[in-house]
Amino acid sequence: MKILVCINKTPDTTSKIAFKNNNTAFDDSGVQWIINPYDEWYSLVRAIELKEKDPSIIIHLVTVGSADCDPIIRKAFALGGDEGFRINIDSTDSSFIAAQIADLANKNQYDIVFTGKESIDYNSSAIGGIIAELIDAPYISLATLFELNGNTATITREIEGGEEVAEVSLPLVVSCQKGMAEQRIPNMRGIMAARTKPLNVIEPIAQENFTSIINFELPPAKAGVKLVAADNVAELIRLLHEEAKAF
Amino acid sequence: MSVLIFIEHSEGLIKKSAHEVLTYGAKLAAQLGTTAEGLVLGTVSENLTTLGKYGVTKINQINNESLNTIDSKLYAATIAEAVTLTGASVIIFSHTPTGKSIAARVSAKLKAGLVSGAAALPDTSNGFIVRKSVFSSKAFANISINTDIKVISVNPNSISAVIGNGEATLNQLTINVGSPSIKIIAVNKITGEIPLTEADIVVSGGRGLKGPENWGVLLDLAKALGAATACSRPVGDAHWRPHHEHVGQTGVQVAPNLYIALGISGAIQHLAGVNRSKIMVVINKDPEAPFFKSADYGIVGDLFEIVPQMTAEIKRIKGIA
Ligand SMILES: Cc1cc2nc3c(=O)[nH]c(=O)nc-3n(C[C@H](O)[C@H](O)[C@H](O)COP(=O)(O)OP(=O)(O)OC[C@H]3O[C@@H](n4cnc5c(N)ncnc54)[C@H](O)[C@@H]3O)c2cc1C
Repeated sequence: MKILVCINKTPDTTSKIAFKNNNTAFDDSGVQWIINPYDEWYSLVRAIELKEKDPSIIIHLVTVGSADCDPIIRKAFALGGDEGFRINIDSTDSSFIAAQIADLANKNQYDIVFTGKESIDYNSSAIGGIIAELIDAPYISLATLFELNGNTATITREIEGGEEVAEVSLPLVVSCQKGMAEQRIPNMRGIMAARTKPLNVIEPIAQENFTSIINFELPPAKAGVKLVAADNVAELIRLLHEEAKAF
Repeated sequence: MSVLIFIEHSEGLIKKSAHEVLTYGAKLAAQLGTTAEGLVLGTVSENLTTLGKYGVTKINQINNESLNTIDSKLYAATIAEAVTLTGASVIIFSHTPTGKSIAARVSAKLKAGLVSGAAALPDTSNGFIVRKSVFSSKAFANISINTDIKVISVNPNSISAVIGNGEATLNQLTINVGSPSIKIIAVNKITGEIPLTEADIVVSGGRGLKGPENWGVLLDLAKALGAATACSRPVGDAHWRPHHEHVGQTGVQVAPNLYIALGISGAIQHLAGVNRSKIMVVINKDPEAPFFKSADYGIVGDLFEIVPQMTAEIKRIKGIA
């Protein structure tokens, strides 16, 4: 069995969000890069847990991006994974990125492709669905539990106002969120092993960017908080009711 | 050239988020000088022609047993055929769990550019540029879709439904619907609660509540307001409240009209999931809590004293005994 885990490099959750070049590009000066939390905590760790149960499972990691993504793949290797692929091109278009991953998936014939439910930078929730369509596989989004029984996966997914349990035959694509696995911290052995795991750099396939970012904007600044004294709760409720018309 | 809007429904009823995207699609069609049509997959008990009041001229329906399972593969194939039959060039979804599972697949099938999580109507004055929130609502990106066919999924609560007095015609589409690639073996709906992402008001609790046994004050306030309940990540992690209530960067993202935070410090990762709320109210005993910097209204004080008074005052205004 072969599992592909999609890994994305994102700014740390506490990063200051600022833009440069006339607001056309993200200003990454001083930004710490991390593995997208959904990719790390949920999809990668769940893949590792499956391998712990069945050591014959092979885990591949893939990222689409230039050489500055290598440290992110190494970080992921410290947690687990057998072999990595970096598809050597930068893009912000979901269709473009997913097409690159789908090409690798078609070549290597994975049984499971895991993605995070979204990336915390572009928040599109799109890569998994596009990969699934391009490799013609079922897709379960927003998964919170994933169990494997032979060639069938039993997956719990979020739906509006609840959850649903689905049975799906492999191969399939799953986007992962909280519940799938518990966050882990790499140990020394993992960190040492990460250095020598094979990381293959492959060139992208020809594909158009269907979308392009024109520019970025920061939300308008808030007017500032209106504080009400603790002994005047009725005034707060009056403001919410009459001024803000919030209920 | 038309705009086609995918209409979500649940237990026979059209969802609130669908009313919003109907309005979004109708406004976009007016902007483009074309018509807006709806697409319903499966059975609903509402009279679909009344959806004309949101500005759509026609509702297309595909009714087939297999569509009772929301399978992204089957849905994408079916919707793509409907797009061909109706000649639509812009397809609109809600950016909800269902929309997230389908919109991207549809875009791949149609080789269409996708913007998911749109925050406003596209700017079509020069090209086709869609604004979406990025960096967990800390910024917006204006994105140009460069393909002939375009797919957009719209963030819930980013546009209000507008009601006019039109009526739509109903058109049954005949499409060969395949069978689902997944089998649903259980559905657990949280009954008697307002779904977090659809709620107008959300009351949320953090570590300041000290323990699960203290949630009564929060639940009373939520009940008086008809609000959904949420929590911070540590509260979810400690199992004081169920996982699905955890809001923030790594939890559910909400954008209600009113968000009330009780005993939550306002860490950047928490704010990332709630800062699209229209009005934010913070009750915290620490005047230095970062949440006060992003809030609209606040009280510095002990939530255990303040919240019951809030509840009582709201009940008084609403005339609830
Ligand atoms: C990668 C990453 C992702 C994360 N994602 C999320 C996320 O999605 N959502 C999230 O919420 N957090 C997230 N966090 C955690 C976040 O950084 C904070 O630790 C968390 O939000 C704090 O939760 P809290 O406000 O409930 O608790 P605390 O920070 O402990 O704050 C409790 C607050 O309650 C106040 N208080 C105490 N007693 C009272 C009282 N009697 N009356 C009034 N006020 C009182 C205190 O003054 C304090 O401000 C993430 C962290 C990381 C590193």
